Amino acid sequence: MVQLLTPDGEYGVAKQWSEYAQYIDKLTEADFLKFYRDMARMRRFDKEAEALQRQGQLGLWIPAVGQEAAQIGSGYGVGHNDHIFPSYREHGVAITHGIDLMSILKMLRGVNHGGWNPEETRFHLYAIVLGSQVLHATGYAMGVKMDGKVGNGDIENDLAVISYFGDGATAEGDISESFLFAAINHSPIVFFCQNNQWAISSPVTSQTKVPLYQRGAGFGVPGIRIDGNDILASYAVTAKHMDEAREGAGPFLIEALTYRMGAHTTSDDPTKYRDAAEVEYWKARDPLLRFETFLRRQGIAQDFFDEVAEAGEKLSTEIREATFALPAPPVEHMFKYVYSEPHPLIEEQLAWLHKYEAGFGEAAHE
Amino acid sequence: MTTVAYFNLPDVGEGLTEAEIVSWKVKAGDTVSVNQVIVEIETAKSLVELPCPFAGIVSELMAKEGDTVEVGNPIISVTVPDGATTAAVTTSIPVIAENAASAHQAVADAAASVSTEERSPTLVGYGVSHSLGGTRRRRPGAVNPPVAPGASIPVATSLAAPAATAIPLAAENLATGAIQLPNIADGVLAKPPVRKLARDLGVDLAGVVGSGLNGEITREDVVGGAQQASVFRNLSTPAPKSEREERIPVKGVRKAIANAMVSSAFSAPHVSIFVDVDATRTMEYVKRLKASTDFAGVKVTPLLIMAKAMIWAVRRNPMVNSTFTEEEIIVHNFVNFGIAAATPRGLIVPNIKDADQMSMLELAKAIEQLAATAREGKTTPADMKDGTITITNIGVFGVDTGTPILNPGEVAIVALGSIRPKPWVVSNEIQVRQVTTIGATFDHRVVDGDVASRFVQDVASVIEEPALLLD
Repeated sequence: MVQLLTPDGEYGVAKQWSEYAQYIDKLTEADFLKFYRDMARMRRFDKEAEALQRQGQLGLWIPAVGQEAAQIGSGYGVGHNDHIFPSYREHGVAITHGIDLMSILKMLRGVNHGGWNPEETRFHLYAIVLGSQVLHATGYAMGVKMDGKVGNGDIENDLAVISYFGDGATAEGDISESFLFAAINHSPIVFFCQNNQWAISSPVTSQTKVPLYQRGAGFGVPGIRIDGNDILASYAVTAKHMDEAREGAGPFLIEALTYRMGAHTTSDDPTKYRDAAEVEYWKARDPLLRFETFLRRQGIAQDFFDEVAEAGEKLSTEIREATFALPAPPVEHMFKYVYSEPHPLIEEQLAWLHKYEAGFGEAAHE
Repeated sequence: MTTVAYFNLPDVGEGLTEAEIVSWKVKAGDTVSVNQVIVEIETAKSLVELPCPFAGIVSELMAKEGDTVEVGNPIISVTVPDGATTAAVTTSIPVIAENAASAHQAVADAAASVSTEERSPTLVGYGVSHSLGGTRRRRPGAVNPPVAPGASIPVATSLAAPAATAIPLAAENLATGAIQLPNIADGVLAKPPVRKLARDLGVDLAGVVGSGLNGEITREDVVGGAQQASVFRNLSTPAPKSEREERIPVKGVRKAIANAMVSSAFSAPHVSIFVDVDATRTMEYVKRLKASTDFAGVKVTPLLIMAKAMIWAVRRNPMVNSTFTEEEIIVHNFVNFGIAAATPRGLIVPNIKDADQMSMLELAKAIEQLAATAREGKTTPADMKDGTITITNIGVFGVDTGTPILNPGEVAIVALGSIRPKPWVVSNEIQVRQVTTIGATFDHRVVDGDVASRFVQDVASVIEEPALLLD
C-alpha cells in the first residue's frame, strides 16, 4: 500500500515508492496550502449541506466526510486536459475543478440536474445510477484513443480519463465490463476506487473475495492500493498514472483505502449497521488532521489555520443564504431536458400536469 | 423589531411522512444559534438530530416529546431579530391546514400514503418500507450491528511505518471472509410476479406453504392460498387493544367526509327504497362482454351495467338528476356520473363528466380510469366537482344493501349490493339465481315516492334484462 504520510503526519518514502515521491518533490508550499484549504472547504461544505438537509432545504445529502484526502489529492493529480467521470459523492473532486458548489446543492434540492457544462469543466455530471459513470468514462476513453489524442508526447493536447467509484460499485457488472473494454482497447483511463468500507450497509467483505486493487488483473488492468487518507499518496499516485495513461500505457486501477465517517446518505443511520469501535479507529486516521499535523511540522503558522477556519464560516453562511434563496424551478424544466427534440409523450405528460395543477386553481377560487 | 420564524418538520429521509419527537434539547426562552441541535426525532428509518435553521429566542415548542408529527407541520417557533437570516425566515411558512392549499395537501398526502405503501422511490439507497412506518421503535444503543464475518474490529497497529502494508480492516481479511447469502427480507421464496399476484389476491405469503424447489411459492400455491383466504378471511381478529379508548384526530379527508355527510343528512330529507332483483342476465352479459374482442383489456364489471342502467333510467325520470336550491330546482340534462370510491385516505366521490354521451366501451374505460386515479390518490378537486347523481358499490364489500347518504348537491344516490346465488321464484318454482338488492336514497324535497319508485324499478328492470338498454 502506498503511503507517504503516516497517520501521525510524518512524511517518509519507502524505497519502492520513490517514483511517486518525485511528484511530491515538485510541489511548492503554495500547493500544500491549496490542498489543505480545499480539504477544509470540502469538509465545511459537507457539514453545512448536511445541516441544510436536516432543515428540509435539501431532499438528500450524500456525505463524503473522511474522504477528503482521497478526493482532493486525486483531483489535483488530474491534468488540465483530462476528463473526470464522478459518482455522486465526489464533492472534493468537484472543488478541485472549480465546480460551483451551489450547483451540487441545487441538484440535491431538485432544482436542476447538475447544471454545469461537462465540456467546459471536464468534470462530468454526477451519476446517480451506481457504476454507470465508469461505463461512460470507458467509452469516452475509447473515443479519446480513436481521436488519436494519446501518446503523442503532446502535453497540450493529449488527454486521459479518470472515473471515480466506490467499493460497492465494483460488485456491479458495469465495472467488470469497463475493465474488459478498457484493457482490450488499451484505453487511456484510470479507475479510481474509493474503498470507503461500506456499500450503504453492506461491508466490503460482502463485495469481494480478493483485494479490490487486484480485481482488474484478470482483465488486464494492473492496480495498486494506496492509503486513501494520505493526501500526498493520493495526489502522487493519481498524477503518475494519469501521466502514464496519457502517454499510452493503457488502463490502471487505484484502490484508495478510506472510510466514510458519516452515513451513506442522510436517509440511513450507520449506527444501525456498524460498530462504534470501527468508527473510532478511523477517527484516529482523519485525513484532514493528518495533513494539518504535517503542515504544522513544516512550520506553517497558526495564522494560516485561523484564516482557513474563517473562510469556512464565510462559506457556510454563503451557501446557507444562497440555498434558502433558491427559487423553485419552472415545472417545464422537468420535461425540457428529457429529449433533445420535442417528444409527444413528454408533451402529453406536461399538458396533464398543467391541467392537474389548474384543477387546484379552480378549487381555490370557490 | 423581531419576526417569528417557524421550523417545519422536514422529510429527513426520502418519502417519509411523519416522525416522532424523541427529546427536545431546548425550551421556550432559550437562545438558539444557527445549526444548534434543538431536537432529536425518530423516523421510520433512523434517529436524527435536527439543527436549528435560525438564530434567536425559542418562543414555543409546538410538539411534545412522544408526539408523532406530520412532515411539513411546524415544530418550533423562534423569535428572530430582523435583518438576521431574513431569507430563512421568509421561506419557512407554517402549514395552515384550513385554507385552499389543504385540498392540495390532502391530495399530496393521499399520493404520499399510497406511494409509501410498498417502498418509496429514492434517489440513492433504499426506500422506507411501509411496514416500518411509525411503528418501529429503537432505543439508542439497543441495537448491535452485525459484525461481518472476518471483519474483526480493527486495532491500531503498524500504520506508523511509512511503507506499512498491513492495514487492519475488513479488506485485508478477505481470504477468510465468508460471503453471506443474500438476505431474503421476509423469509419467503417467491418470484416478483407471484408476489404481485399474492398482493392482488390479498394473500399473506408468510402463511402459504411453497410447493416449488426449496420451498419456493408458486402461482398455484398463491391461488390455493387465496381460496383458503376467502373462506377464512375473518378468522384472524386482532386482539383487543389495552387502552380503553383511542382518539383519532378528525382532519383531512375524514373531516371533509364528515362535513359533507352532516350537511347532506340535515339539509335534505332523505327517503330510501329497496328492491331485490334477479341479476343473472346481467352477470351473463358481463361475462359475454369480457369475452368480446372489443372489450379486450378493459375491465368489465356489474357496476358498468348498473351505470348504464342508471343513465338510461335518468332519461326516463329526469327529476332524479337535479339540484335543489331554495329558489329553484335545476334539472340537469347531462349526467356527471359519480362513483363513491374507498381510498386509503377515505371516501371520495369523483365523477365521470357527461357520462350519458358515452358508449358502453367509453364508459367502461372511464370507470377504470376513475378508479385507478382515485387509488393512486391523484383525484383532483375538479374531478369531484359538479356531480349530478352517484352510485356506491357496497357489494364489493360483501354487503347486501344499505341506505346511502346523498352526495351534497345531488338528489339521488344508488347503492349496489353484493350479487350472489340465492333462491328465487321463477314460474312458481324455486331456482338458484344471481340475486342482488338495489337500494336508493332521494332528496324528498325534489323526488316524490312515485318518481323514486319508477326510477329504481327502471334500474332494476335493466339489471333483470340488460337488453332493455337497446331501447
